[in-house]
Amino acid sequence: MTELIRFTAAQTASAIAKGEVSAVEVAQAHLDRIDAVDKKVNAFLHVDTEGALSAAKAVDEKRAKGEELGPLAGVPLALKDVFTTKGVPTTCGSKILEGWIPPYDATLTSRLKDAGVVILGKTNMDEFAMGSSTENSAYGPTGNPWDLTRIPGGSGGGSAAALAAFEAPLAIGTDTGGSIRQPGAVTGTVGVKPTYGAVSRFGLVAFSSSLDQGGPCARTVLDAALLHEAIAGHDPLDSTSIDAPVPAVVEAARMRDVRGMRIGVVKEFAGEGYQAGVMQRFNESVELLRELGAEVVEVSCPSFTLALPAYYLIAPSECSSNLARFDAMRYGLRVGDNGSRSAEEVTALTREAGFGPEVKRRIMLGTYALSSGYYDAYYGSAQKVRTLISRSFDEAFAAVDVLVSPTTPTTAFPIGERADDPMAMYLADLCTIPSNLAGNAAMSLPCGLAPEDNLPVGLQIIAPAMADDRLYRVGGAVEAALNDKWGHTLLEEAPAL
Amino acid sequence: MPGITREEVAHLARLSRLELQAEELDHFAEQLDVIIGAVARVSEVAGQDVPPTSHPLPLTNVMRADEVRPSLTPDQALSGAPAAEEQRFRVPQILGED
Repeated sequence: MTELIRFTAAQTASAIAKGEVSAVEVAQAHLDRIDAVDKKVNAFLHVDTEGALSAAKAVDEKRAKGEELGPLAGVPLALKDVFTTKGVPTTCGSKILEGWIPPYDATLTSRLKDAGVVILGKTNMDEFAMGSSTENSAYGPTGNPWDLTRIPGGSGGGSAAALAAFEAPLAIGTDTGGSIRQPGAVTGTVGVKPTYGAVSRFGLVAFSSSLDQGGPCARTVLDAALLHEAIAGHDPLDSTSIDAPVPAVVEAARMRDVRGMRIGVVKEFAGEGYQAGVMQRFNESVELLRELGAEVVEVSCPSFTLALPAYYLIAPSECSSNLARFDAMRYGLRVGDNGSRSAEEVTALTREAGFGPEVKRRIMLGTYALSSGYYDAYYGSAQKVRTLISRSFDEAFAAVDVLVSPTTPTTAFPIGERADDPMAMYLADLCTIPSNLAGNAAMSLPCGLAPEDNLPVGLQIIAPAMADDRLYRVGGAVEAALNDKWGHTLLEEAPAL
Repeated sequence: MPGITREEVAHLARLSRLELQAEELDHFAEQLDVIIGAVARVSEVAGQDVPPTSHPLPLTNVMRADEVRPSLTPDQALSGAPAAEEQRFRVPQILGED
Protein backbone atom coordinates (compact mmCIF):
# COMPACT_ATOMS: atom_id res chain seq x y z
CA MET A 1 0.00 0.00 0.00
CA THR A 2 2.33 2.73 -1.20
CA GLU A 3 -0.36 5.43 -1.14
CA LEU A 4 -0.67 5.16 2.66
CA ILE A 5 2.73 6.74 3.07
CA ARG A 6 1.67 9.72 0.96
CA PHE A 7 -1.39 10.50 3.11
CA THR A 8 -1.32 13.64 5.21
CA ALA A 9 -1.60 13.17 8.97
CA ALA A 10 -5.16 14.51 8.87
CA GLN A 11 -6.13 12.02 6.14
CA THR A 12 -4.44 9.16 7.98
CA ALA A 13 -6.23 9.90 11.25
CA SER A 14 -9.56 10.20 9.46
CA ALA A 15 -9.08 6.91 7.56
CA ILE A 16 -8.21 5.14 10.80
CA ALA A 17 -11.16 6.65 12.67
CA LYS A 18 -13.53 5.57 9.90
CA GLY A 19 -12.07 2.08 9.86
CA GLU A 20 -10.90 2.34 6.25
CA VAL A 21 -7.46 1.25 7.36
CA SER A 22 -6.03 0.00 10.65
CA ALA A 23 -3.37 1.87 12.59
CA VAL A 24 -1.24 -1.28 12.42
CA GLU A 25 -1.41 -1.27 8.60
CA VAL A 26 -0.41 2.40 8.57
CA ALA A 27 2.50 1.79 10.93
CA GLN A 28 3.64 -1.25 8.93
CA ALA A 29 3.53 0.70 5.66
CA HIS A 30 5.83 3.33 7.15
CA LEU A 31 8.16 0.75 8.72
CA ASP A 32 8.39 -0.92 5.29
CA ARG A 33 9.18 2.42 3.70
CA ILE A 34 11.91 3.07 6.27
CA ASP A 35 13.28 -0.39 5.53
CA ALA A 36 13.30 0.36 1.81
CA VAL A 37 14.85 3.83 1.76
CA ASP A 38 16.54 4.69 5.03
CA LYS A 39 19.84 3.02 4.18
CA LYS A 40 20.17 5.80 1.59
CA VAL A 41 18.61 8.65 3.59
CA ASN A 42 19.87 7.84 7.12
CA ALA A 43 17.06 9.85 8.72
CA PHE A 44 16.67 7.43 11.65
CA LEU A 45 19.18 6.62 14.35
CA HIS A 46 16.87 4.07 15.91
CA VAL A 47 13.70 2.45 14.58
CA ASP A 48 11.38 1.18 17.31
CA THR A 49 9.44 -1.43 15.32
CA GLU A 50 8.03 -3.19 18.35
CA GLY A 51 6.99 0.00 20.13
CA ALA A 52 5.40 1.44 17.00
CA LEU A 53 3.36 -1.67 16.24
CA SER A 54 2.21 -2.04 19.83
CA ALA A 55 1.15 1.65 19.98
CA ALA A 56 -0.73 1.19 16.70
CA LYS A 57 -2.41 -1.96 18.00
CA ALA A 58 -3.56 -0.06 21.08
CA VAL A 59 -5.23 2.54 18.83
CA ASP A 60 -7.00 -0.20 16.85
CA GLU A 61 -8.21 -1.84 20.05
CA LYS A 62 -9.48 1.47 21.36
CA ARG A 63 -11.42 1.99 18.16
CA ALA A 64 -12.81 -1.56 18.26
CA LYS A 65 -14.16 -0.83 21.75
CA GLY A 66 -15.90 2.24 20.40
CA GLU A 67 -13.74 4.67 22.39
CA GLU A 68 -13.21 8.12 20.99
CA LEU A 69 -9.93 8.66 19.14
CA GLY A 70 -7.97 11.92 19.21
CA PRO A 71 -7.30 13.91 16.03
CA LEU A 72 -3.88 12.26 15.53
CA ALA A 73 -4.61 8.75 16.84
CA GLY A 74 -2.66 6.15 14.89
CA VAL A 75 -0.59 8.68 12.92
CA PRO A 76 3.12 7.74 12.71
CA LEU A 77 5.75 10.23 13.81
CA ALA A 78 9.54 10.55 13.68
CA LEU A 79 10.95 11.93 16.94
CA LYS A 80 14.17 13.93 17.07
CA ASP A 81 16.67 12.02 19.17
CA VAL A 82 16.99 14.87 21.66
CA PHE A 83 13.77 14.03 23.54
CA THR A 84 13.97 11.29 26.14
CA THR A 85 11.98 8.14 25.49
CA LYS A 86 11.59 5.65 28.31
CA GLY A 87 13.20 2.36 27.36
CA VAL A 88 14.22 3.58 23.89
CA PRO A 89 17.78 4.81 23.18
CA THR A 90 18.36 8.58 23.18
CA THR A 91 21.74 9.74 21.87
CA CYS A 92 21.35 13.39 20.78
CA GLY A 93 23.58 12.36 17.87
CA SER A 94 26.50 12.05 20.28
CA LYS A 95 28.94 9.26 21.12
CA ILE A 96 28.84 10.39 24.75
CA LEU A 97 25.26 9.08 25.03
CA GLU A 98 25.67 5.99 22.85
CA GLY A 99 23.60 3.17 24.31
CA TRP A 100 21.90 5.33 26.93
CA ILE A 101 18.37 4.17 27.69
CA PRO A 102 16.46 6.93 29.50
CA PRO A 103 14.43 5.82 32.53
CA TYR A 104 11.75 8.45 31.83
CA ASP A 105 9.74 10.07 29.03
CA ALA A 106 9.95 13.74 28.12
CA THR A 107 6.64 15.55 28.64
CA LEU A 108 6.42 15.89 24.85
CA THR A 109 6.91 12.12 24.46
CA SER A 110 4.14 11.42 26.99
CA ARG A 111 1.79 13.83 25.25
CA LEU A 112 2.38 12.14 21.90
CA LYS A 113 1.71 8.74 23.45
CA ASP A 114 -1.44 10.01 25.16
CA ALA A 115 -2.65 11.37 21.80
CA GLY A 116 -2.27 7.90 20.26
CA VAL A 117 0.54 9.07 17.99
CA VAL A 118 2.70 6.15 16.83
CA ILE A 119 6.38 6.93 17.42
CA LEU A 120 8.34 5.13 14.69
CA GLY A 121 11.78 5.92 16.04
CA LYS A 122 14.38 8.56 16.76
CA THR A 123 15.85 10.80 14.09
CA ASN A 124 19.36 11.88 13.25
CA MET A 125 20.58 15.32 14.25
CA ASP A 126 23.65 17.46 14.65
CA GLU A 127 25.26 16.49 17.93
CA PHE A 128 23.30 18.08 20.80
CA ALA A 129 21.43 20.10 18.14
CA MET A 130 24.51 22.17 17.28
CA GLY A 131 24.69 22.63 13.55
CA SER A 132 22.82 23.46 10.37
CA SER A 133 23.48 20.37 8.25
CA THR A 134 23.21 17.19 10.41
CA GLU A 135 26.85 16.54 9.43
CA ASN A 136 27.80 16.99 13.09
CA SER A 137 26.04 13.75 14.03
CA ALA A 138 28.40 11.11 15.42
CA TYR A 139 26.40 8.58 13.40
CA GLY A 140 26.99 9.90 9.89
CA PRO A 141 25.18 12.54 7.85
CA THR A 142 21.58 12.39 6.63
CA GLY A 143 20.91 12.88 2.93
CA ASN A 144 18.42 15.39 1.57
CA PRO A 145 15.71 13.35 -0.23
CA TRP A 146 15.75 15.94 -3.05
CA ASP A 147 19.41 15.18 -3.69
CA LEU A 148 21.14 12.69 -1.41
CA THR A 149 24.52 14.37 -1.91
CA ARG A 150 23.20 17.50 -0.23
CA ILE A 151 22.50 18.39 3.39
CA PRO A 152 18.92 18.14 4.77
CA GLY A 153 19.54 21.12 7.02
CA GLY A 154 20.12 20.92 10.72
CA SER A 155 20.10 20.32 13.43
CA GLY A 156 16.83 18.47 12.80
CA GLY A 157 17.85 17.12 9.39
CA GLY A 158 16.68 13.60 10.23
CA SER A 159 13.16 14.73 11.10
CA ALA A 160 12.82 16.86 7.95
CA ALA A 161 14.32 14.17 5.70
CA ALA A 162 11.95 11.54 7.16
CA LEU A 163 9.01 13.72 6.09
CA ALA A 164 10.36 14.46 2.61
CA ALA A 165 11.22 10.78 2.07
CA PHE A 166 7.67 9.75 3.07
CA GLU A 167 8.99 7.75 6.00
CA ALA A 168 6.60 9.57 8.35
CA PRO A 169 3.85 12.17 7.90
CA LEU A 170 4.78 13.95 11.13
CA ALA A 171 8.00 14.69 12.97
CA ILE A 172 9.25 16.61 15.96
CA GLY A 173 12.15 19.01 15.95
CA THR A 174 13.75 21.53 18.28
CA ASP A 175 14.65 25.04 17.25
CA THR A 176 17.40 26.91 19.08
CA GLY A 177 18.55 29.06 16.17
CA GLY A 178 16.58 27.63 13.25
CA SER A 179 16.90 23.86 13.67
CA ILE A 180 13.25 23.22 12.76
CA ARG A 181 12.76 25.94 10.15
CA GLN A 182 15.98 25.67 8.14
CA PRO A 183 15.66 21.86 7.62
CA GLY A 184 12.02 22.47 6.68
CA ALA A 185 13.08 25.06 4.10
CA VAL A 186 15.73 22.95 2.39
CA THR A 187 13.59 19.78 2.26
CA GLY A 188 10.34 21.36 1.05
CA THR A 189 8.48 20.65 4.29
CA VAL A 190 6.73 22.72 6.97
CA GLY A 191 8.43 23.50 10.28
CA VAL A 192 7.25 25.63 13.17
CA LYS A 193 9.11 27.12 16.10
CA PRO A 194 6.33 27.89 18.56
CA THR A 195 6.54 30.79 20.98
CA TYR A 196 9.26 30.13 23.58
CA GLY A 197 7.63 28.30 26.49
CA ALA A 198 4.72 26.93 24.44
CA VAL A 199 6.03 23.37 24.35
CA SER A 200 7.52 21.81 27.49
CA ARG A 201 11.29 21.38 27.64
CA PHE A 202 11.09 18.68 30.34
CA GLY A 203 13.03 15.75 28.92
CA LEU A 204 14.43 17.80 26.05
CA VAL A 205 18.19 17.47 26.46
CA ALA A 206 19.28 21.08 26.95
CA PHE A 207 21.62 22.91 24.58
CA SER A 208 20.73 26.57 25.19
CA SER A 209 17.91 26.78 27.70
CA SER A 210 16.73 30.32 26.99
CA LEU A 211 16.48 29.55 23.25
CA ASP A 212 15.56 25.84 22.88
CA GLN A 213 12.00 25.19 21.78
CA GLY A 214 10.40 21.96 20.55
CA GLY A 215 7.93 22.15 17.72
CA PRO A 216 6.06 20.41 14.92
CA CYS A 217 7.37 19.34 11.51
CA ALA A 218 4.97 18.14 8.82
CA ARG A 219 4.27 18.08 5.10
CA THR A 220 1.25 20.41 5.35
CA VAL A 221 0.36 23.47 7.41
CA LEU A 222 -2.77 21.79 8.80
CA ASP A 223 -0.80 18.72 9.91
CA ALA A 224 1.70 20.97 11.67
CA ALA A 225 -1.19 22.73 13.43
CA LEU A 226 -2.71 19.42 14.59
CA LEU A 227 0.66 18.37 15.99
CA HIS A 228 1.23 21.80 17.53
CA GLU A 229 -2.05 21.48 19.41
CA ALA A 230 -1.13 17.98 20.64
CA ILE A 231 2.25 18.99 22.11
CA ALA A 232 1.71 22.55 23.35
CA GLY A 233 0.33 23.63 26.71
CA HIS A 234 1.41 24.26 30.26
CA ASP A 235 3.64 21.74 32.02
CA PRO A 236 4.35 22.14 35.73
CA LEU A 237 7.59 20.17 35.22
CA ASP A 238 9.05 23.03 33.12
CA SER A 239 9.23 26.30 35.04
CA THR A 240 9.54 28.25 31.77
CA SER A 241 6.37 26.73 30.36
CA ILE A 242 3.66 29.29 29.51
CA ASP A 243 0.55 28.97 31.67
CA ALA A 244 -1.98 30.24 29.12
CA PRO A 245 -4.31 28.71 26.55
CA VAL A 246 -2.72 27.44 23.31
CA PRO A 247 -3.63 29.76 20.41
CA ALA A 248 -6.27 28.32 18.03
CA VAL A 249 -3.76 27.08 15.49
CA VAL A 250 -5.90 24.40 13.82
CA GLU A 251 -8.74 26.79 13.22
CA ALA A 252 -6.27 29.32 11.79
CA ALA A 253 -4.74 26.72 9.46
CA ARG A 254 -8.18 26.08 8.00
CA MET A 255 -9.10 29.76 7.43
CA ARG A 256 -7.19 30.25 4.17
CA ASP A 257 -7.88 33.95 4.24
CA VAL A 258 -5.34 36.72 4.70
CA ARG A 259 -7.50 39.61 3.52
CA GLY A 260 -6.81 42.71 5.57
CA MET A 261 -3.74 41.27 7.28
CA ARG A 262 -0.71 43.55 7.47
CA ILE A 263 2.49 41.83 6.40
CA GLY A 264 5.99 43.27 6.80
CA VAL A 265 8.92 42.35 4.57
CA VAL A 266 12.13 42.52 6.61
CA LYS A 267 14.47 44.76 4.64
CA GLU A 268 17.64 43.43 6.27
CA PHE A 269 17.08 39.87 5.02
CA ALA A 270 18.21 40.39 1.42
CA GLY A 271 21.30 41.37 -0.50
CA GLU A 272 24.77 39.88 -0.45
CA GLY A 273 24.87 36.15 0.29
CA TYR A 274 21.25 35.54 -0.73
CA GLN A 275 20.86 33.16 -3.67
CA ALA A 276 19.05 34.71 -6.67
CA GLY A 277 16.55 31.86 -6.99
CA VAL A 278 15.72 32.06 -3.27
CA MET A 279 14.97 35.77 -3.57
CA GLN A 280 12.95 35.19 -6.74
CA ARG A 281 10.65 32.66 -5.05
CA PHE A 282 10.45 34.82 -1.94
CA ASN A 283 9.47 37.93 -3.92
CA GLU A 284 6.84 35.91 -5.77
CA SER A 285 5.40 34.79 -2.41
CA VAL A 286 5.19 38.40 -1.26
CA GLU A 287 3.39 39.26 -4.50
CA LEU A 288 1.04 36.32 -3.92
CA LEU A 289 0.19 37.58 -0.44
CA ARG A 290 -0.68 40.93 -1.97
CA GLU A 291 -2.93 39.20 -4.54
CA LEU A 292 -4.61 37.30 -1.72
CA GLY A 293 -5.62 40.60 -0.17
CA ALA A 294 -2.92 41.23 2.42
CA GLU A 295 -1.41 44.65 2.86
CA VAL A 296 2.35 44.38 2.36
CA VAL A 297 4.85 46.95 3.63
CA GLU A 298 8.62 47.03 4.01
CA VAL A 299 9.90 46.99 7.58
CA SER A 300 13.40 47.81 8.80
CA CYS A 301 14.90 46.05 11.82
CA PRO A 302 18.51 47.31 11.90
CA SER A 303 19.42 45.42 15.07
CA PHE A 304 18.91 42.10 13.23
CA THR A 305 22.36 42.49 11.67
CA LEU A 306 23.79 41.87 15.16
CA ALA A 307 21.60 38.81 15.82
CA LEU A 308 24.04 36.22 14.47
CA PRO A 309 27.04 37.49 16.50
CA ALA A 310 24.87 37.74 19.64
CA TYR A 311 23.52 34.24 19.12
CA TYR A 312 27.01 32.77 18.74
CA LEU A 313 27.89 34.16 22.16
CA ILE A 314 24.65 33.42 24.02
CA ALA A 315 24.05 29.89 22.72
CA PRO A 316 27.65 28.68 23.31
CA SER A 317 27.65 30.31 26.77
CA GLU A 318 24.53 28.43 27.81
CA CYS A 319 25.82 25.28 26.11
CA SER A 320 29.12 25.35 27.98
CA SER A 321 27.15 25.36 31.21
CA ASN A 322 24.46 22.83 30.18
CA LEU A 323 26.91 20.30 28.77
CA ALA A 324 28.91 20.30 31.99
CA ARG A 325 26.48 17.58 33.07
CA PHE A 326 28.25 15.13 30.76
CA ASP A 327 30.89 14.33 33.34
CA ALA A 328 31.13 10.53 32.97
CA MET A 329 29.79 9.99 36.48
CA ARG A 330 26.05 9.30 36.34
CA TYR A 331 25.27 8.20 32.80
CA GLY A 332 26.79 7.97 29.35
CA LEU A 333 30.34 7.23 28.31
CA ARG A 334 33.25 6.84 30.76
CA VAL A 335 36.76 6.66 29.35
CA GLY A 336 40.13 6.13 31.04
CA ASP A 337 38.97 5.05 34.52
CA ASN A 338 41.97 2.85 35.29
CA GLY A 339 41.81 3.15 39.07
CA SER A 340 44.62 5.68 39.33
CA ARG A 341 43.19 8.66 37.46
CA SER A 342 41.16 11.29 39.28
CA ALA A 343 37.50 12.00 38.52
CA GLU A 344 38.53 15.24 36.84
CA GLU A 345 40.98 13.46 34.54
CA VAL A 346 38.40 10.83 33.65
CA THR A 347 35.86 13.57 32.90
CA ALA A 348 38.29 15.38 30.57
CA LEU A 349 39.29 12.16 28.76
CA THR A 350 35.64 11.14 28.38
CA ARG A 351 34.55 14.52 27.00
CA GLU A 352 37.50 14.52 24.61
CA ALA A 353 36.48 11.08 23.31
CA GLY A 354 32.71 11.60 23.44
CA PHE A 355 32.16 15.05 21.95
CA GLY A 356 32.63 15.98 18.29
CA PRO A 357 34.47 19.08 17.01
CA GLU A 358 31.48 21.48 16.84
CA VAL A 359 30.41 20.71 20.40
CA LYS A 360 33.98 21.22 21.62
CA ARG A 361 34.23 24.52 19.71
CA ARG A 362 31.03 25.80 21.25
CA ILE A 363 31.88 24.70 24.78
CA MET A 364 35.21 26.53 24.54
CA LEU A 365 33.67 29.58 22.89
CA GLY A 366 31.08 29.78 25.67
CA THR A 367 33.71 29.29 28.34
CA TYR A 368 35.67 32.13 26.76
CA ALA A 369 32.65 34.47 26.53
CA LEU A 370 31.79 33.86 30.19
CA SER A 371 35.30 34.12 31.58
CA SER A 372 36.32 37.08 33.71
CA GLY A 373 37.72 39.95 31.71
CA TYR A 374 35.64 39.06 28.66
CA TYR A 375 32.18 38.64 30.19
CA ASP A 376 31.05 42.27 29.79
CA ALA A 377 32.47 42.71 26.31
CA TYR A 378 31.02 39.48 24.94
CA TYR A 379 28.19 37.90 26.92
CA GLY A 380 27.05 41.21 28.42
CA SER A 381 26.96 42.94 25.03
CA ALA A 382 25.17 39.98 23.46
CA GLN A 383 22.46 40.29 26.11
CA LYS A 384 22.06 43.97 25.24
CA VAL A 385 21.73 43.05 21.57
CA ARG A 386 19.01 40.63 22.61
CA THR A 387 17.08 43.53 24.13
CA LEU A 388 17.53 45.60 20.97
CA ILE A 389 16.24 42.74 18.82
CA SER A 390 13.14 42.37 20.99
CA ARG A 391 12.56 46.11 20.67
CA SER A 392 12.90 45.93 16.88
CA PHE A 393 10.28 43.19 16.83
CA ASP A 394 7.98 45.20 19.13
CA GLU A 395 8.23 48.21 16.83
CA ALA A 396 7.62 46.09 13.75
CA PHE A 397 4.63 44.29 15.26
CA ALA A 398 3.09 47.62 16.20
CA ALA A 399 2.75 48.24 12.46
CA VAL A 400 2.21 44.75 11.01
CA ASP A 401 0.61 41.43 12.02
CA VAL A 402 3.41 39.19 10.78
CA LEU A 403 6.85 39.54 9.22
CA VAL A 404 8.11 37.53 6.26
CA SER A 405 11.57 36.68 4.90
CA PRO A 406 13.34 33.83 3.18
CA THR A 407 13.92 31.10 5.80
CA THR A 408 17.53 30.61 4.81
CA PRO A 409 19.74 32.52 2.35
CA THR A 410 20.50 29.53 0.09
CA THR A 411 19.07 26.16 -0.92
CA ALA A 412 20.60 22.91 0.37
CA PHE A 413 24.38 22.92 -0.04
CA PRO A 414 26.49 19.83 -0.80
CA ILE A 415 27.49 17.57 2.11
CA GLY A 416 31.04 18.49 3.09
CA GLU A 417 31.05 21.99 1.60
CA ARG A 418 30.88 23.91 4.89
CA ALA A 419 31.71 21.07 7.28
CA ASP A 420 34.99 22.53 8.55
CA ASP A 421 34.13 26.21 8.05
CA PRO A 422 32.08 27.17 11.12
CA MET A 423 31.35 30.75 10.06
CA ALA A 424 30.03 29.67 6.63
CA MET A 425 27.82 27.10 8.36
CA TYR A 426 26.50 29.64 10.87
CA LEU A 427 25.23 31.87 8.03
CA ALA A 428 22.51 29.30 7.26
CA ASP A 429 20.69 30.58 10.36
CA LEU A 430 20.94 34.29 9.56
CA CYS A 431 17.17 34.83 9.15
CA THR A 432 15.93 32.39 11.78
CA ILE A 433 18.01 33.44 14.80
CA PRO A 434 16.24 36.73 15.69
CA SER A 435 13.04 34.86 16.62
CA ASN A 436 14.91 32.61 19.03
CA LEU A 437 16.57 35.57 20.73
CA ALA A 438 13.20 37.33 21.12
CA GLY A 439 11.25 34.15 21.90
CA ASN A 440 8.49 34.76 19.36
CA ALA A 441 6.85 32.30 16.94
CA ALA A 442 7.98 31.47 13.39
CA MET A 443 7.20 29.05 10.58
CA SER A 444 8.88 27.93 7.39
CA LEU A 445 6.84 26.54 4.53
CA PRO A 446 7.80 25.60 0.98
CA CYS A 447 7.32 28.36 -1.62
CA GLY A 448 8.81 26.75 -4.72
CA LEU A 449 12.04 25.48 -6.23
CA ALA A 450 14.98 27.75 -6.98
CA PRO A 451 15.25 27.86 -10.79
CA GLU A 452 19.04 27.47 -10.82
CA ASP A 453 19.20 24.18 -8.88
CA ASN A 454 15.60 22.89 -8.63
CA LEU A 455 15.86 22.70 -4.84
CA PRO A 456 13.21 23.80 -2.33
CA VAL A 457 13.00 27.35 -1.01
CA GLY A 458 11.38 28.22 2.32
CA LEU A 459 9.20 31.19 3.16
CA GLN A 460 9.55 32.29 6.78
CA ILE A 461 6.62 33.86 8.62
CA ILE A 462 7.22 35.45 12.04
CA ALA A 463 4.47 36.34 14.53
CA PRO A 464 4.56 37.95 17.97
CA ALA A 465 4.90 35.73 21.04
CA MET A 466 1.63 33.92 21.82
CA ALA A 467 0.22 34.75 18.37
CA ASP A 468 1.28 31.44 16.81
CA ASP A 469 -2.15 31.19 15.16
CA ARG A 470 -1.16 33.98 12.73
CA LEU A 471 1.61 31.76 11.33
CA TYR A 472 -0.94 29.11 10.48
CA ARG A 473 -3.41 31.58 9.04
CA VAL A 474 -0.85 33.06 6.65
CA GLY A 475 0.88 29.72 6.01
CA GLY A 476 -2.38 27.92 5.28
CA ALA A 477 -3.45 30.58 2.79
CA VAL A 478 -0.08 30.63 0.99
CA GLU A 479 0.08 26.84 0.85
CA ALA A 480 -3.44 26.55 -0.60
CA ALA A 481 -2.78 29.23 -3.24
CA LEU A 482 0.56 27.68 -4.26
CA ASN A 483 -0.86 24.15 -4.48
CA ASP A 484 -3.68 25.53 -6.65
CA LYS A 485 -1.16 27.24 -8.90
CA TRP A 486 1.09 24.15 -9.20
CA GLY A 487 -1.79 21.67 -9.35
CA HIS A 488 -0.02 19.55 -6.71
CA THR A 489 2.15 19.85 -3.62
CA LEU A 490 5.82 20.71 -3.97
CA LEU A 491 6.96 17.36 -2.58
CA GLU A 492 5.34 15.58 -5.51
CA GLU A 493 8.18 17.01 -7.59
CA ALA A 494 10.81 15.33 -5.43
CA PRO A 495 12.69 12.54 -7.23
CA ALA A 496 11.87 8.92 -6.40
CA LEU A 497 14.30 7.36 -3.93
CA MET B 1 39.72 43.05 20.56
CA PRO B 2 42.82 40.80 20.63
CA GLY B 3 42.86 37.44 18.87
CA ILE B 4 43.02 34.14 20.67
CA THR B 5 46.29 32.24 21.08
CA ARG B 6 47.01 28.52 21.18
CA GLU B 7 47.89 28.88 24.89
CA GLU B 8 44.54 30.50 25.60
CA VAL B 9 42.75 27.67 23.83
CA ALA B 10 44.69 25.17 25.94
CA HIS B 11 43.55 27.06 29.04
CA LEU B 12 39.94 27.08 27.83
CA ALA B 13 40.14 23.36 27.14
CA ARG B 14 41.30 22.77 30.72
CA LEU B 15 38.47 24.91 32.10
CA SER B 16 36.05 23.03 29.83
CA ARG B 17 37.35 19.61 30.95
CA LEU B 18 38.41 18.66 27.43
CA GLU B 19 41.68 16.71 27.10
CA LEU B 20 42.44 18.06 23.63
CA GLN B 21 45.11 16.58 21.36
CA ALA B 22 47.94 18.82 20.13
CA GLU B 23 46.63 19.00 16.56
CA GLU B 24 43.15 19.88 17.82
CA LEU B 25 44.63 22.82 19.73
CA ASP B 26 46.15 24.23 16.54
CA HIS B 27 42.97 23.74 14.55
CA PHE B 28 40.62 25.13 17.20
CA ALA B 29 42.89 28.12 17.87
CA GLU B 30 42.62 29.08 14.22
CA GLN B 31 38.84 28.57 14.06
CA LEU B 32 38.01 30.18 17.41
CA ASP B 33 40.07 33.20 16.38
CA VAL B 34 37.92 33.62 13.26
CA ILE B 35 34.65 33.10 15.18
CA ILE B 36 35.59 35.48 17.98
CA GLY B 37 36.66 38.06 15.38
CA ALA B 38 33.22 37.78 13.79
CA VAL B 39 31.13 37.86 16.96
CA ALA B 40 33.11 40.71 18.56
CA ARG B 41 30.83 43.07 16.61
CA VAL B 42 28.35 42.86 19.50
CA SER B 43 30.63 45.23 21.42
CA GLU B 44 29.28 47.99 19.15
CA VAL B 45 26.49 48.25 21.71
CA ALA B 46 28.76 47.95 24.75
CA GLY B 47 28.55 51.59 25.80
CA GLN B 48 24.84 51.94 25.12
CA ASP B 49 22.41 52.29 27.97
CA VAL B 50 20.41 49.17 27.20
CA PRO B 51 19.30 46.67 29.83
CA PRO B 52 20.47 43.09 29.24
CA THR B 53 17.98 40.32 28.38
CA SER B 54 18.83 36.89 29.73
CA HIS B 55 15.55 35.21 28.90
CA PRO B 56 12.56 35.81 26.60
CA LEU B 57 9.92 35.32 29.30
CA PRO B 58 9.51 37.75 32.19
CA LEU B 59 9.13 35.01 34.80
CA THR B 60 10.37 35.05 38.36
CA ASN B 61 10.13 32.53 41.17
CA VAL B 62 7.91 29.92 39.58
CA MET B 63 6.78 27.74 42.47
CA ARG B 64 5.00 24.44 42.75
CA ALA B 65 3.17 22.84 45.63
CA ASP B 66 5.52 20.96 47.96
CA GLU B 67 3.93 17.57 47.52
CA VAL B 68 5.32 14.06 47.47
CA ARG B 69 5.10 12.61 43.97
CA PRO B 70 6.48 9.59 42.14
CA SER B 71 10.16 9.71 41.23
CA LEU B 72 12.78 7.34 39.85
CA THR B 73 13.62 4.24 41.86
CA PRO B 74 17.30 3.79 42.79
CA ASP B 75 17.58 1.10 40.12
CA GLN B 76 16.14 3.40 37.47
CA ALA B 77 18.34 6.29 38.54
CA LEU B 78 21.44 4.09 38.38
CA SER B 79 20.42 2.33 35.17
CA GLY B 80 22.72 4.47 33.01
CA ALA B 81 25.61 4.72 35.45
CA PRO B 82 29.06 3.74 34.12
CA ALA B 83 29.67 2.14 37.53
CA ALA B 84 27.46 1.66 40.59
CA GLU B 85 27.88 0.16 44.01
CA GLU B 86 25.48 -0.24 46.93
CA GLN B 87 22.81 1.91 45.28
CA ARG B 88 25.30 4.69 44.64
CA PHE B 89 27.20 6.08 41.66
CA ARG B 90 30.75 4.75 41.82
CA VAL B 91 33.19 7.47 40.75
CA PRO B 92 36.99 7.78 40.44
CA GLN B 93 38.80 9.45 43.33
CA ILE B 94 37.93 13.11 43.75
CA LEU B 95 40.55 14.01 46.40
CA GLY B 96 44.32 13.49 46.34
CA GLU B 97 46.24 11.30 48.81
CA ASP B 98 47.37 14.27 50.90
